[in-house]
Amino acid sequence: VNGIHDMGGMHGFGRVEREENEPVFHARWEGRVLGMTRACSVQHIFNIDESRHAIERMAPADYLASSYYERWLDRNIRLLVEKGVITREELERRMAQLAGGTDPATPHSDPKLTARMLRVTKDRTPYRQPGPPPCFALGDRVLTRHDAPVGHTRLPRYARGKPGVIVHVHGTFIFPDTNAHGQGEQPHALYSVRFDAARLWGDSAEPRAPVHIDLWERYLLPDAPARSTS
Amino acid sequence: MSGGHDEHGHHHREPESVLSLRVRALESLLVEKKLVSSEAVDRIVSAYEQDIGPHNGAKVVARAWVDPAYRARLLADGSAAIEELGFGGVDLQVVENTPGVHNMVVCAKSASTCPRTPRFESGTRAPSFATSYSRSARSEPSG
Repeated sequence: VNGIHDMGGMHGFGRVEREENEPVFHARWEGRVLGMTRACSVQHIFNIDESRHAIERMAPADYLASSYYERWLDRNIRLLVEKGVITREELERRMAQLAGGTDPATPHSDPKLTARMLRVTKDRTPYRQPGPPPCFALGDRVLTRHDAPVGHTRLPRYARGKPGVIVHVHGTFIFPDTNAHGQGEQPHALYSVRFDAARLWGDSAEPRAPVHIDLWERYLLPDAPARSTS
Repeated sequence: MSGGHDEHGHHHREPESVLSLRVRALESLLVEKKLVSSEAVDRIVSAYEQDIGPHNGAKVVARAWVDPAYRARLLADGSAAIEELGFGGVDLQVVENTPGVHNMVVCAKSASTCPRTPRFESGTRAPSFATSYSRSARSEPSG
């Protein structure tokens, strides 16, 4: 299936606007959403791939109409409800209580959690994990799988079934397609694959503008010899 | 959003007050369940507002300008090289523009499936290490 989020190469969204002296957060609530997300991730309530997939599951019209942190908020509520941490009714009740001037929650301090949350911005990421040796080497010609999986994937729609060349072997990394669905981390080789723009976009592609995409080995097939001269 | 940069053609946005109330309610519930403390959220917000941002990427690039050995290490292993300057939290591959090659870094899919909140991107104005986030760089390049 083709999710609304998979918008690489689509047009009509307008120019990318640059804001002079853009604040980190445009409203106080955005920072609170970021902080809560960090708390959930360090406590393993949800992992990054589940969280991306949760955003991808937003209703398409809502997705397009939402800002970056609105999507994060939708994602947090969706996953916390699905995992039984909160209920939507509970959230509605708490909104009514707060609107009435009452907050039943008692503030507490948790220095250990705070330290764990802050460490994430300093430590190495946990995504590189030991896995089987790579099957492809620099310069190998590959063909991306032509598939539209129901769940999460990092292979963009515009790069399905396309020929490319391995230009970098990153190492072995957790596989988002399984990690997003409770099917384990299944770390394996991640490559940078170079595609000719014309193979992705057709005749109107900008000349001499190759596209490099980081792709896991399971997205790739050896390119048939007949294609390797193209 | 409230910054006003995201309003072309969008409709039926929730009023800020409802959004803000929902976020406060979520935080209240998570505090009650001891899954977060408001102090921890305060510290994260403050870290992102003061310590984390494009100025860190600028420091890395500036060091590479004046220190050829560091530049070589940065290009060979970005994650290790930024650790030397006390930075982390990303798996980083650094690319360099040359007279014949201009790199533009975009999300493969969309803004919300970006690898992470951009932390080290130094902006397209940095002469040597150009990065840019774009929803549709191909047909509507940013100025």
